[in-house]
Amino acid sequence: MQHSRDVRTAMAQIELDGINRIFRLGDSEVHALRDVSLRIEAGDYVSVMGPSGSGKSTLLNLLGLLDRPDGGNYHLEGRDVTTLSADEQAAVRSARIGFVFQSFHLVPRLTAAENIGLPLMLAGLAATERSARIAQALRAFGLEGRAHHRPEELSGGQRQRVAIARATIMRPAVLLADEPTGNLDRSTGHEVTALLEALNTAGTTLIVVTHDPAMGERAHRWLRMEDGAIAQDLRRHELPA
Amino acid sequence: MSPTDTLRFATRAATAYPLRTALMTLAMSIGVAAVVVLTALGDGARRYVVGEFAALGAQLLIVLPGRTETGGVNPGSFVTSTPRELTNADAAALLRLPLVQRVAPITVGNTEVAAAGRLREVMVVGTSTDFLELRGMRMAHGSFLPREDFERASALAVLGDAIRAELFGHEPAVGRMIRVGDTRLRVIGTLAPGGQGLGMTTDELVLVPVATAQAMFNTNGLFRILVETTRRDALPAAQRQLEELLRARRDGELDVTVITQDAVLGTFDRILGALTLGVAGIAAISLAVAGILVMNVMLVAVTQRTAEIGLLKALGASTASIRAAFLTEAALLSVAGALTGFALGHLGAWGVRLTWPMLPAWPPDWAVIAALGTALGTGIAFGVLPARRAAALDPVQALARR
Ligand SMILES: Nc1ncnc2c1ncn2[C@@H]1O[C@H](COP(=O)(O)OP(=O)(O)OP(=O)(O)O)[C@@H](O)[C@H]1O
Ligand SMILES: [Mg+2]
Repeated sequence: MQHSRDVRTAMAQIELDGINRIFRLGDSEVHALRDVSLRIEAGDYVSVMGPSGSGKSTLLNLLGLLDRPDGGNYHLEGRDVTTLSADEQAAVRSARIGFVFQSFHLVPRLTAAENIGLPLMLAGLAATERSARIAQALRAFGLEGRAHHRPEELSGGQRQRVAIARATIMRPAVLLADEPTGNLDRSTGHEVTALLEALNTAGTTLIVVTHDPAMGERAHRWLRMEDGAIAQDLRRHELPA
Repeated sequence: MSPTDTLRFATRAATAYPLRTALMTLAMSIGVAAVVVLTALGDGARRYVVGEFAALGAQLLIVLPGRTETGGVNPGSFVTSTPRELTNADAAALLRLPLVQRVAPITVGNTEVAAAGRLREVMVVGTSTDFLELRGMRMAHGSFLPREDFERASALAVLGDAIRAELFGHEPAVGRMIRVGDTRLRVIGTLAPGGQGLGMTTDELVLVPVATAQAMFNTNGLFRILVETTRRDALPAAQRQLEELLRARRDGELDVTVITQDAVLGTFDRILGALTLGVAGIAAISLAVAGILVMNVMLVAVTQRTAEIGLLKALGASTASIRAAFLTEAALLSVAGALTGFALGHLGAWGVRLTWPMLPAWPPDWAVIAALGTALGTGIAFGVLPARRAAALDPVQALARR
């Protein structure tokens, strides 16, 4: 630990150390995360499963810098991100993290192309550069014919494809998905899963919260959460046959 | 986020809710239009009155019977009761003062005029030959009242253009006899149409020698005396001379008021200016109300779009970007309202000018600038709170909202 170079090479892409998150509602306290420590290597494919209320979404929000822990440290790519200001965290989200939500979260008045281009616009990219990258993303996600449709004119699977295109347009290092197939039927869910896995194959770290065992089993690493703590942490090759 | 993108994003948001935006624009535009129209009306009235008085000439002193308590000029100057009458002898004495060039005593009354079998109500002004010059009037035919002693009741009359047309039509009027009240008079001249002054058009008047009018209305008093000084800069000195002479003529007691046209003008100017300002102020209150409306609408927008704000944050939007987006939206609503109101206001002022052509009803520049400024100012000021609220939202909770 004396040499900073050693520290850096030793560090995983994501490192959580003794993370606690406590929600206080009046007198009652909910310990949503208890002493969570976790290392995730770049390019990994992790599924997070567990009963409702076990803290899966809370963990994902913390990883995505949408929420702050009440205790513990979070290093992202070697940088302590727990102490950053809100705007510094926003900049990290913009450049390094992509979100996919169960309910898609598309802006209803904007077209598919405009929704996909939102992160580029927020990052201040010039309009010409944006349109080239949006066109490329529309092609990659099979949405060419839907560029000028509004979300209400798209199917559930198409909406989630728009959301994934938006989450990846900034080429993030980490993709966080909270029940991405929760609102989709089985076959559409498979399509979306395949898209996410393709992105992971291309090098993006993929962390998926899911209630669907079939989807969870496809990951390379399985996390099982119970009552705010990681109860089980298995690698695919460690699974009993 | 670049300014262009912020503007585009805010425009899309504003147009996504057309009814809300239209109502907002309407509320703001009513306020601006009210300021523009009401100040146009007020300022038009002010300019009209000032113009009317300016027609009297710049070297004018006006002697009114009665003394106002304060000695200053106020609207009461024109309605005080008459303790002792002004007479033709007073007028004649004033004419002998060195700084005085013209004097026109005035008596007015209403009676009937009849000629060629036609009869109508008319306002009779008894005055003297100097009245023509003092009022800047022009003759159409014949001559004005002759220069003669104020006490001489010659049986002569000069007709305003409308009266002449009604009594004689296309026939020549000069030389004809008319009956005014019980008195038979010979028409010696007719006035050119369109003369203005003292709030009445000369078209509707019959002018007779002052003593003739006094006999007609059975009085010795004068309504007022118009005095023209030799030079404009002699006005203050002439005013003192007049007051001294009149005081001497009434046993040392000055129970008349001598005012300058400037004082009259200044008074009307101030009264009507203040009125315009007050009206503008009342109309501006509606702008403040519109500003509060903008705030409410934007607060509702923040609540409606909570999930969207959470999403923008998740996508890496800075607090400044979100603040700018919502502030721009509020500003857009106000700008749209201000511009619509500006157009509506000018339309209204145009309507006023069509309805009352004599009123120069143009909104003064200060009012237009103040109205637009207040509209934008309140819109943006009241947009700050919602914008800050949007920027301060917690992203996790915002995203959880549907
Ligand atoms: N904003 C909040 N205020 C109070 N308590 C909260 C808040 N967010 C989450 N919690 C509590 O924290 C615990 C963990 O919640 P979390 O949303 O992480 O569960 P989850 O594992 O994602 O559940 P699910 O599978 O139902 O989505 C729950 O008991 C929840 O009630
Ligand atoms: Mg959850």
